[in-house]
Amino acid sequence: MSERSISVDRPRSLRRFFFQWEWLLVLIFIAVNLINSSLSRYYLNLRSLVGSTNSFLDMAFLVLPMTFVIILGNIDISVASTVALSAVVMAVSFNAGLPMPLAAILCLVVGTACGLLNGLIMIKFKELSAVIVTLATMIIYRGIAYVILEDQASGHFPKWYSFLAWGSIGPVPLILIVFAACAIAFGLLLHKTSFGRKVFAMGNNLTAARYSGIRTDSVIVAVSALTGLMAGFTSLFLSSRMGSTRPNVALGYELSVIAMVVLGGVSTAGGSGRIGGPILAVFIIGYLNYGLGLVNTTANVLLIIIGSLLILSVLVLNVRFGGHRRPAPPGARVIAPGKAPDEKA
Amino acid sequence: MSAEAKAPARARANRSGEGFRELGLLVFIAILCIAFQLRNHSFLTLANIKDLLDNTAILGILAVGMMLVLITGGIDLSIGATIALAGMTSALTGMAIPRINPLLSILEGMAVGLVIGSVIGILVARFKVLPIIASLGLMNIVRGVTYIESKGAWVSAYQMSDDFKSLSTGTTLGVNNLVLIALVIFALFWYFVNHTKTGRRIYAIGSNPDAADVSGIPRRKLLWLVYATMGVLAGLAGVLWVSKFASAQGDTALGYELNVIAACVLGGVSISGGSGKVSGLVLGTILLGMLNNALPLIDVSPFWQQFIQGIVILAAVLTNVAVKRNNQRLALRKRAI
Repeated sequence: MSERSISVDRPRSLRRFFFQWEWLLVLIFIAVNLINSSLSRYYLNLRSLVGSTNSFLDMAFLVLPMTFVIILGNIDISVASTVALSAVVMAVSFNAGLPMPLAAILCLVVGTACGLLNGLIMIKFKELSAVIVTLATMIIYRGIAYVILEDQASGHFPKWYSFLAWGSIGPVPLILIVFAACAIAFGLLLHKTSFGRKVFAMGNNLTAARYSGIRTDSVIVAVSALTGLMAGFTSLFLSSRMGSTRPNVALGYELSVIAMVVLGGVSTAGGSGRIGGPILAVFIIGYLNYGLGLVNTTANVLLIIIGSLLILSVLVLNVRFGGHRRPAPPGARVIAPGKAPDEKA
Repeated sequence: MSAEAKAPARARANRSGEGFRELGLLVFIAILCIAFQLRNHSFLTLANIKDLLDNTAILGILAVGMMLVLITGGIDLSIGATIALAGMTSALTGMAIPRINPLLSILEGMAVGLVIGSVIGILVARFKVLPIIASLGLMNIVRGVTYIESKGAWVSAYQMSDDFKSLSTGTTLGVNNLVLIALVIFALFWYFVNHTKTGRRIYAIGSNPDAADVSGIPRRKLLWLVYATMGVLAGLAGVLWVSKFASAQGDTALGYELNVIAACVLGGVSISGGSGKVSGLVLGTILLGMLNNALPLIDVSPFWQQFIQGIVILAAVLTNVAVKRNNQRLALRKRAI
């Protein structure tokens, strides 16, 4: 409190290295796998562990850009609707005669366009919070999907298309490889490029970032468009896995995705977080889901577990790790003068 | 004390812009009414208006609670799940004890809501969890508990007592109970937010939390109060919902929180906190109710409903911003001269 040092590099120390949120996630991950393997003897073999990833990885593509969005201090609840809309457009245009590869590209384009629209509204109407903008577009995008397809399902994709979600190269599912590539790309973008630094800077202090010459508007639009693009990827893999699509696919995905990002240690106040945490969280929740499915536990228990994990992780981050650099509502510092200074030292 | 006494006066002076907003909403509703009436002559009949009000009453009850939450700058996504759990709990109790007084069922539902709302309130107020995250977590938990409590089964009409079903379908003095309850709640909360110290303080913590802290307003207690109130109203709405549709299911009111937030936003409640009025809320609720009620009447395919609702919400929000900017520009110009 007495002296403020400003340095780009955080001091490296053993204590800091081991005292990271990600280690806790690794522990949870191991615990989940131990519990799973004690529940079912079919669980613990490498083949099923790697092979099962195609059951939950489609959603994971959204976790990557959502990490950016939340580090920016925003939130995007329209992603699931974007998935539904782009999947529906793809299926309908394919059945109208468009070749499948073009339809798949169209799917990505539609997703990107949805994200772009979110971003444009956000920068043109800065008074509006991201919650309300994406709430409106969430209803609109899914509304368009319903207008296009009503309550029908559409599919009849060519055979090779199902390879996307079900195929594997050697023992490794294709989706895992694509996800790994995306994860590396996003990790580099966030932690090794000036774009990533800008995202952190804007999450910490938007005004200061603008005054220091960052084109904040273009960063917001770029992140939104990226989110839309990844929603397109999700819908490609999702409709490949399901073999058909309906307007109500991916219902509630946005909540699970946000839950994973927050569980991954990204502060909802913006400005802090690392890409590794959310990726770990994807596998924790995915394997939890898979393992509980093996022993016939219902999805309802999973709902409760995800909800509890979400709240517990935020509680722990808030209380123990001082995860919120900025107090979430301005002025929280005034109330608890004894607690805040910890992270500034 | 004196600062707080002055606040309503200043608010009144500021209100010219907001009054314009409500007038605009009213005009929009009137135009819609005329348009609907031209397309289908049964829209403005007494029976249909009664229908519309019956169907919007629950939305109104919830919107009041959500308005308080939004005024503090928060959001509550758990209410759909709370409705389901409160409704399911009271329905299951009613099934086990068929002779139970329906008023006790209501109290039971409200108690369930109070517990859920309190938990969210404590998380937000005491542990500084962001409202969207806290309510998201609770939403998952509560929805899961509902499925487990009901073991995935429904409680259907024949398993409910007539007294229970008449809670929502019965009438008092010729007015449907639901509408009556909604009116009472509107009146109560109009008085609460406009004419009590606690009510005014809720606006204060929403429009400037720092200033509220400095002036000694017990922000934590008020935040808790707001979420607990939302929970109680959601619990009440849950019992009324189950009694109205005579069926309690695990997925009751799935996603309904978005409708409620939409009604608030249409009614001019700012999602960033600090502003919102009960009168605007009533208009917003009626507008959303009209869209739900009238679109089928004028042969709009039900699949268009969601899209149209979304467009209306977006338009309302964007217009609101545009009007506000315009007002500010005018005010600045006046000052420059």
